Amino acid sequence: MQRRIVINIMWRFMGGSFTRLTRCFSTSPRAVGWWENASPAAKDPITGVTEAFLADTNPHKINLGVGAYRDDEGKPIVLQCVRNAEAKIAGCEFLEANATEMASSLVEESVKLAYGEHARVLKEGRLAGLQALSGTGACRLFAELQRRFYPELPIYLPRPTWSNHHNVWRDAQVPQRTFQYYHPVSKGLNFAALVDDVKNAPDGSVFLLHPCAHNPTGVDPTEEQWRDISYLFKVKNHFPFFDMAYQGFASGDLDMDAQAIRIFLEDGHLIGCAQSFAKNMGLYGHRVGCVSVLCADAKQAVVVKSQMQQIARAMYGSPPVHGLLLVSTILSDPQTKSLWVKEVKVMANRIKRMRTALRENLEKLGSPLNWEHITNQVGMFCFSGLTPDHVDRLAREFHVYMTRDGRISMAGVTTSNVSYLADAIHEVTKHDEEALNICYTSH
Amino acid sequence: MRPQLTLTEAHGFASPCASSASDRRLNALVRHLVDASSSKSLAMDSQNPSDTISASPTSGFHADSVFAHVVRAPEDPILGVTVAYNKDPSPVKLNLGVGAYRTEEGKPVVLNVVRQAEQQLVNDRSRVKEYLPIVGLAEFNKLSAKLILGADSPAIQENRVTTVQCLSGTGSLRVGGEFLARHYHQRTIYIPLPTWGNHPKVFTLAGLSVNTYRYYDPTTRGMNFQGLLEDLGSAPSGAIVLLHACAHNPTGVDPTIQQWEQIRQLMRSKGLLPFFDSAYQGFASGSLDADAQSVRMFAADGGECLIAQSYAKNMGLYGERVGALSIMVLDNVGKGKGGGWLKDQFFDSHSHMECCCLVTIKVCKTADVASRVESQLKLVIRPMYSNPPIHGASIVATILKDRNLYDEWTIELKAMADRIISMRQKLFDALHVRGTPGDWSHIVKQIGMFTFTGLNSEQVAFMTREYHVYMTSDGRISMAGLSSRTVPHLADAIYAAVTRVV
Repeated sequence: MQRRIVINIMWRFMGGSFTRLTRCFSTSPRAVGWWENASPAAKDPITGVTEAFLADTNPHKINLGVGAYRDDEGKPIVLQCVRNAEAKIAGCEFLEANATEMASSLVEESVKLAYGEHARVLKEGRLAGLQALSGTGACRLFAELQRRFYPELPIYLPRPTWSNHHNVWRDAQVPQRTFQYYHPVSKGLNFAALVDDVKNAPDGSVFLLHPCAHNPTGVDPTEEQWRDISYLFKVKNHFPFFDMAYQGFASGDLDMDAQAIRIFLEDGHLIGCAQSFAKNMGLYGHRVGCVSVLCADAKQAVVVKSQMQQIARAMYGSPPVHGLLLVSTILSDPQTKSLWVKEVKVMANRIKRMRTALRENLEKLGSPLNWEHITNQVGMFCFSGLTPDHVDRLAREFHVYMTRDGRISMAGVTTSNVSYLADAIHEVTKHDEEALNICYTSH
Repeated sequence: MRPQLTLTEAHGFASPCASSASDRRLNALVRHLVDASSSKSLAMDSQNPSDTISASPTSGFHADSVFAHVVRAPEDPILGVTVAYNKDPSPVKLNLGVGAYRTEEGKPVVLNVVRQAEQQLVNDRSRVKEYLPIVGLAEFNKLSAKLILGADSPAIQENRVTTVQCLSGTGSLRVGGEFLARHYHQRTIYIPLPTWGNHPKVFTLAGLSVNTYRYYDPTTRGMNFQGLLEDLGSAPSGAIVLLHACAHNPTGVDPTIQQWEQIRQLMRSKGLLPFFDSAYQGFASGSLDADAQSVRMFAADGGECLIAQSYAKNMGLYGERVGALSIMVLDNVGKGKGGGWLKDQFFDSHSHMECCCLVTIKVCKTADVASRVESQLKLVIRPMYSNPPIHGASIVATILKDRNLYDEWTIELKAMADRIISMRQKLFDALHVRGTPGDWSHIVKQIGMFTFTGLNSEQVAFMTREYHVYMTSDGRISMAGLSSRTVPHLADAIYAAVTRVV
């Protein structure tokens, strides 16, 4: 009470202006501190899952959150080709100049992977390519480039898409739209709606496409559908930007997984592409990726590259050299590269086996629901169709963690936990048929 | 601006068969598109929709890139020096451009402790390459805060410091800048004149507006302290001020301890927010503690600041991009300096007037503020690159937490700093011996990797042309690029420049 009186007096003394009052005291660091108004930020929906998982002490807990590969013991691995590369480069004196050469070699090898080893565009020098901080960094560089030169043009993101795509283009201050992609009832591609949205977008719009192993749904267009999309893009003069984070994980075959990109190239599109080596080389923490933009001629490629370099230099200077050395070493040595190709296949095959096992287990339990999508979808993720309520129950009662959109990282499924997982899913869904068939809309 | 496409320019069909299949598809699509009641005009409006469309297999399709109008960005002036140097075939060429350390033999160096740490990491088969958390390696963050603030720092003990791993100094500055642009009420940052060329770009793209304060006096080749005090004195209250913690880049001119104290008092009285760029801790004087003095002075007064740390130079980890951003929040518990009850009443801008346990709440609140700040930093980092690179931070953490490696590091660091100091002396002596006109004492008075020679851009161009000496056009030379062998050549070049070019 006494304090209130004092405050009232102070208020009148300050001429009744609360703003002046706080400003008077807020300018002194002793009084308020600058960050009092900072509210806690929302937890990232994906990394937040891992945090919750880590805090859980239950021995049966399963982490199906982040898309990081695990072996059949549920452990993260370091690929043998990576260990070989590390042994090679350990103690290596890399000069700053070397790093520049290595960076060019990385870009060269990366774009070969994406565009095709013998792609004509590679020989024409029309690619503006730059090493980037994994897939996120590659997307961000492109988004910033887009904003620099087409500030009014929105990016069209598939619905749904990796949640961080929205953050990347938002922070680059590029307006966003979405286009229909996933069909929640069929749990497959809503091709007709996709075509409609592509058609209805203004000519010359910029679209983000997942060339394989769509994240989070695992639903990819067929080859035929890709060809149709490519033609439609040509008619509409849209700009396709491919975010390829899972090359090798969809089919096990690197070239097959890049098919969509090759189709667009054949059709003469000038595309952009983000590549990540986080998953397919297991180099998650090293942040190695590549951003490339196919230009009309070599001169333009030089120009666009210089712009991206400038953007990167004001953001973080240059990308880290260790990861660059690893990838460059692996891709430019034929033996190590072929070992890598084999190891990618092994990872992809394990995931396929887990898909089959999970589906079979659920069917054996007599689940009333259709679980075909588990084996129809490809790549690391399965869009289970589980609702947020299901997801919460799974975490609370069964210590099974996944993102609230029902996305399961199949890499977290092992021979020893697949039946527990099937049991858990069956438990929360067996009486809930309706819930599973409700249209699911993600943000 | 957007390229127009007509279907007759489509190409890429290898055979007539493929052509006709595509044509059928195209026609189907066209009918689909034209049937719709869309009012958008398509590129083939000019054609009668009922005509069939065929793609010409032989015409090249090179619709202009959507980026056709993009102009070439100017080359970075500092990196551009190395590019030019590399092209020069002269055997006596000398690169004094980029601030990267070189040995007496002119070679880059990988520190012994770094090699040892790397070996340890490679040998540890249990290590994996999983994603780091968004804020980076926790151990690295704690050790970095201790390194700059001191092991016994009260700010750390009171949980008032939030530290996040970033990509070297540049990344730390950018993340800090973005955070300030989003959450701080005063979006202007004051940078010294001159400063590292990348500073204005980093802060501008982060969303801050950039002003300058006087710093360097070309006539004395020392500090323009009066100008500094005046400019900071007239800055709007609350403005952010970028301070080079030591070894100012590019001038090598640092405030004295007494001057730092004056700067601190002025800034605190005006509520200016310090943002330290610490890129040379240990590298300037050879002592990690001495080089952190300015930062610790500010930290000790209980106020707030931001600190960007880089391990590029002092651990030679340039390419690994290792750095840390620390944000120090207010000491709400109070050190008894003035305004006690006012502070008590109004510390909480959400006006919890009824709260009883002020002290407890203040302490909790402080830690709470630090954690809220961290959560907001994550929102800046995640859409930029998701999480920071693991390798360099692991090396640094390995070294900093091992007593032996740490001690060895301080010795190697001192050796690097000492070599640079001896180069300064040698250059000064060589200029003196040649009777070079002018006062060159600034060469030994300035500190750190760089010397602001005071040479003008014509003189610099002359030295490049005639003596193949490469430096940035502002006359900045990287002492780290010099050796006993090359000092005479540089002295000759400077002597020639000042006597023949004015």
